[in-house]
Amino acid sequence: MEQQPLIEFRNVIKSFGERTILSGVNFKVYEGEVTTIIGLSGTGKSVTLKHIIGLLKPDAGEILYQGKPINRMTRQEWNAYIGRISYMFQNNALFDSMTVFENVALPLKRTTKLSRKEIEAKAMARIQQTELTEVAHKYPSEISGGMQKRAALARALVTDPQIVLFDEPTTGQDPIRKNAILGMIAEYKKKIGFTAILISHEIPDVFFISNRILALWDKKIVFEGTPEQMENFDHPFHDEILQSLENLQEDITGLYSSRHFKIRYQTELARRGADESYAVLMFGFDNMDEVSESISHDAAQQTLRSLGNYIRKHFGAVGGFSTRQSINEFATILPFSDLDEARRILEKFTADFQEHGMRELAETFEKEIPQDQCFDFVISVGMAQGQPQVEIESVMEFARFDKKPIATFQCGTRR
Amino acid sequence: MAVDQLPDNEPIAAAPKGRGPVLALIFNPFGRFGIRLNNTLGAMAIFLARAFIQIFHYKQVPEIINQVYFIGAKSASIVALVGFFTGMVLGLQLYYVMNKFGAVGFLGTAVALSLIRELGPVLAAIMITARAGSAMTAEIGIQRISEQIDALTTMRIDPLGYLISPRIAAALISFPILTAFFDLIGILGGYLSGVVLMGASPGSYLYRIDASVEWIDVKGGFIKSIVFALLVITICCFQGYFTHMRRDSYGSKSVSLSTTSAVVLSCVMILVSDYVVTSFLL
Repeated sequence: MEQQPLIEFRNVIKSFGERTILSGVNFKVYEGEVTTIIGLSGTGKSVTLKHIIGLLKPDAGEILYQGKPINRMTRQEWNAYIGRISYMFQNNALFDSMTVFENVALPLKRTTKLSRKEIEAKAMARIQQTELTEVAHKYPSEISGGMQKRAALARALVTDPQIVLFDEPTTGQDPIRKNAILGMIAEYKKKIGFTAILISHEIPDVFFISNRILALWDKKIVFEGTPEQMENFDHPFHDEILQSLENLQEDITGLYSSRHFKIRYQTELARRGADESYAVLMFGFDNMDEVSESISHDAAQQTLRSLGNYIRKHFGAVGGFSTRQSINEFATILPFSDLDEARRILEKFTADFQEHGMRELAETFEKEIPQDQCFDFVISVGMAQGQPQVEIESVMEFARFDKKPIATFQCGTRR
Repeated sequence: MAVDQLPDNEPIAAAPKGRGPVLALIFNPFGRFGIRLNNTLGAMAIFLARAFIQIFHYKQVPEIINQVYFIGAKSASIVALVGFFTGMVLGLQLYYVMNKFGAVGFLGTAVALSLIRELGPVLAAIMITARAGSAMTAEIGIQRISEQIDALTTMRIDPLGYLISPRIAAALISFPILTAFFDLIGILGGYLSGVVLMGASPGSYLYRIDASVEWIDVKGGFIKSIVFALLVITICCFQGYFTHMRRDSYGSKSVSLSTTSAVVLSCVMILVSDYVVTSFLL
């Protein structure tokens, strides 16, 4: 039996004057998932999101919440529905006459019966999680755009909502912060268990945290599926839109996006003879969640960035190319190297990363880790040899099985 | 179907033959204006009613205090200044006129009654409109165009209750107090110009005030100030709240035009309603 969608759009049409924005939009959002809407600017992504929370009403069609049309809800049902949703605006919509703390505390102050102390504790907890403690007393105009974004995120999450709508939460952020925010959304989704609907242009970064992708093109949803299914999506959207949105290299690591990585290895391996071999290395950043929680999301992203830089430096020099496979895993292909040569390069990489990379990370972490805080993380690598006629996925799988730790960070000491 | 729900292209009635189209051409704009006016007045009444009923909630108290400070306390100095000079001008002019008839002894009566019955409520309301009303329209307008009002809705906070209700309560508290303050300062100003500068009798000035000003005069002034408070606050907040609905402009330009409209409309309505209320009170 098919799972009942949490939110469903059925033939939603919306026009402003003579301009039609949505023309028969259909999609489903399932509970506990991160659903990302992608599309070019001005194609109606925010309009779609605003329909869910009732800021806009469709000219035709229906929006259903757990199978019930929201326009036919009683006042009580509507209040209960809206109470479960939180919205993070594209331009933050922070109250400029209130401090960051007052902005975050406002929904609790006005819609709950919590005591002043409880409100303060809850608001401050979210402010700390979004690393805004030092600017809690400042007004939005006194802080940077990135901080304003995080303040809006803190406000959206302070009521522990069941559904959170994020309208371009990472716009205007540097790559580290961008990925930190995406990581934060993934982490809170796990902790609070909300369903997220996200609008983002950060391709491929956003794919790592998304369960489903919706592609809005020409006033309609033209694709609905997993990020993996998106790779094989045969539609003008894929060529015209996705390629223009997708960076050649991922922002945070500087490595190839998975699609470009795929194009590259297909091209490279097609040129090789059937008896020629190549090497695949799979890098893992174990305990990434622990780093995010113990220090900060920024620290986790810095570790990823550092690892990406060192991979590029050592393996790129010998014709290798790499990508980020998942939120904490990298894949490198050395098309001209066998396993022995790959091992030699890896030894040099390990020595350099342990000597310099880990030292740099340790210095960064020292500034942020509280004295009594203890956490571990491990960087591991696995290797496998492949041949052009063998499926690359199975070679990668072999490499995963072979993973061994090459660098460890334990309770503030690096090894 | 309500008039405002009619689609733009739907014919309201078939055009009559002969001279019909010419007449329609002449009268259609009046009709459209009438319909628009009717809709706006209806919307304002609903706006005021919905905001008014949300005043009575304990969570409004801190906000009302804030707004009383903004509308009332912060307007006190400008109200005092205008009141003082209005009183001084009245003292001078009335001394000059009354001196011709040998009725300088009634200077206190004339100054006090002019201020309490008419000038106090009207000028205080106009000054509050200029200082606080314009600021309110601009503030609410900016909150509207920067989606802060939408943000309130998404947080399950009724924007009318949060933004408008405390302002209505504060205006109802502040207007009568500021009017009384204006009257007092005005009487002092009249004393300064009429008695100290021009030489009218101080005892006579104060005695005539005490003897001629009755409770009904004070009550009339207060009624006017409450009517003006409701008018000013509704017009200013309404203009700001619906600044995004303007057809003549967008964004920051619409905020500036809404602010101008709010001030002009409030001042006109103060004077119009002053006549209406006065005719009922007399």
